[in-house]
Amino acid sequence: MVNFIVRRILQTIPVLFGVIVITFILMYMVPGDPVVSMVGERYDEETIHKLRKELHLDDSLPMQFVHYVSNVMRGDFGKSFITGGSVSEELLIKFPNTLILAVASMIVAIITGLTMGIVSSLKPQSILDKITMFFALAGISAPVFWVGLMLILFIGVFLQWLPPTGFGGIEHIILPAITLGLRSAAYLARLTRATMLDVLNQDYIRTARMKMLPEWKVILKHGFPNILIPIITVIGTDFGSYLSGAVLTESIFGWPGIGRYALEAILKRDFPVIQGTVLFMALMFILANLIVDIFYGIVDPRMRTEGKNG
Amino acid sequence: MVDSHIRRRTVFSKLIRGRSSLLGITIIAIVVLAGTFAPVIAPMSPYTQVLEFRNQKPGFTGEIILFRLTPELPVQTVAVASISKKGEMIQYQDQLNRVFEIEKNKLEGVEEKDWHKKYRYWLGTDNFGRDVLSRLLYGARISLLVGISASTLSLLIGVILGAISGYYGGVLETLIMRLTDIMFGFPTLLFLIGITAAFEPTLTVVFFAIGFVSWPGMARLMRGQVASIKESEFIKVCEVLGLSKPRILLKHILPNCFAPMIVTYTLGIAGAIMVEASLSFLGLGAQPPTPSWGIMINAGKDFVRTAPWLSIIPGIAIASTVIGFNLMGDSLRDVLDPSMKK
Repeated sequence: MVNFIVRRILQTIPVLFGVIVITFILMYMVPGDPVVSMVGERYDEETIHKLRKELHLDDSLPMQFVHYVSNVMRGDFGKSFITGGSVSEELLIKFPNTLILAVASMIVAIITGLTMGIVSSLKPQSILDKITMFFALAGISAPVFWVGLMLILFIGVFLQWLPPTGFGGIEHIILPAITLGLRSAAYLARLTRATMLDVLNQDYIRTARMKMLPEWKVILKHGFPNILIPIITVIGTDFGSYLSGAVLTESIFGWPGIGRYALEAILKRDFPVIQGTVLFMALMFILANLIVDIFYGIVDPRMRTEGKNG
Repeated sequence: MVDSHIRRRTVFSKLIRGRSSLLGITIIAIVVLAGTFAPVIAPMSPYTQVLEFRNQKPGFTGEIILFRLTPELPVQTVAVASISKKGEMIQYQDQLNRVFEIEKNKLEGVEEKDWHKKYRYWLGTDNFGRDVLSRLLYGARISLLVGISASTLSLLIGVILGAISGYYGGVLETLIMRLTDIMFGFPTLLFLIGITAAFEPTLTVVFFAIGFVSWPGMARLMRGQVASIKESEFIKVCEVLGLSKPRILLKHILPNCFAPMIVTYTLGIAGAIMVEASLSFLGLGAQPPTPSWGIMINAGKDFVRTAPWLSIIPGIAIASTVIGFNLMGDSLRDVLDPSMKK
């Protein structure tokens, strides 16, 4: 077991390294001189020379990379071109907001997704099943940013049930959480239905039914636990992508998380911030996937040996 | 040959008979027709602005005339309340009931229908007074173009890398699979945002970015498929017969991977259309005034209270197109390969 966990963590190292290389190259390819973008109009040979030296821009490419990696290792993600503030500090301030939204969205997704999936699987091909599955398909196919806009329009503006945008109390988190959670909810509904139908055809369910157990007990006690592994995998992976910033949702609702931070930096072409946030988000994503894999290995021993290609 | 012909026919008839696949095919056909024949169907150019007709409701009817004051100037479009002819002059009343006169030779075209038009804006107008329906039809072109070409690019990269690593194995396989691990390390949309942010955002960049970011799924799938088919009897026979490796791979292994390939490809189109819309919405894809659906929603969001149709309509277009390709992909999976569930 420990062996598996250690191996899985070691496997992450090349991925981490690759992610750092790609983020580095991506920003290296950006056209224009970063120092000129930093000092802007106040063009002054002396300052530029000093800054270039400070940022190691005159070094060779491999040396620049070494500096970059050592900075990242120390938790230094650079400084914003525009405000001059530390990117890592800013990320730590904004990350909790992203985390709150991610948790709320996941709660929405789990409750609606599992309910829809189970209800659907009880009477496959019934009208209820077809309606539910159509909604699930629509949920997967509708663009997140559009769903958010429609919720703002109908619930925030027309019905005025909830504040359309903003940040603060619990009433502000409901619409963004529905928006962000919708896709996972729809996906979970489809997955729950499919796996539940598989499970309900198994022998042990027939046995449970033959024992004259009430149907709800058969479903919840004998069926449900057996669909948990694939479902938890999806929940974990999706949660990882929520943590890595819901750029679209956060920007529509004006949610002050890392996703909006990244987008603002992109629109202002503030490259150190873009580089820092992209790297931070990728790290979060990898970490979440690592946890899912380890969890998977714990509950399903078969995975421990197959983990080689994961 | 005969065998595969029959099989193709059954696949097709199964697709036609399935209700959801039929719905998918219908939606895709409508979008493809709309995109292909946009210049014929669209009531006007997606770029024509009639500033007097800003943010008009769907169903609004407007009358315009087209003229050039001098031959070098672009065509001017002016909204009119009424017109009357007076010899070599045309008299028109504008929206504020002011009367203007213009010489006939300055009007665009020869016949009256060339320069005097009465439009019904079936889906209303946007904040520049452009016809939403026309922009929507031209937008279908962009979505399909980017969706299909980006998915094709990722299919090519994914199939080539996946087949090589599945068939040849060894160091190549390790390298390619490590690369896919790294690619999977990035959340897709974020990776795309990073790439489009590093370059000047254009549709070409979006197409290449989507293609280069979305191949790992296909590569992993193909590697598994190829590796398992490689072990089958008929491939062993080919090897014994002394066929060359590339020939076995191309002629005997890849055709047998067709089912999962086409399913992933179709679902990939849906994904690429969605991603293009998202990037354009964020201002990182196609740039205004291109009639991309994502851009239309982005522009419409500022008028969501006063002119909600501007954001509602293109969203429905994106969602239904994506539903179409998703339905198609799901049904292809059910028909071609019932065992392939993900």
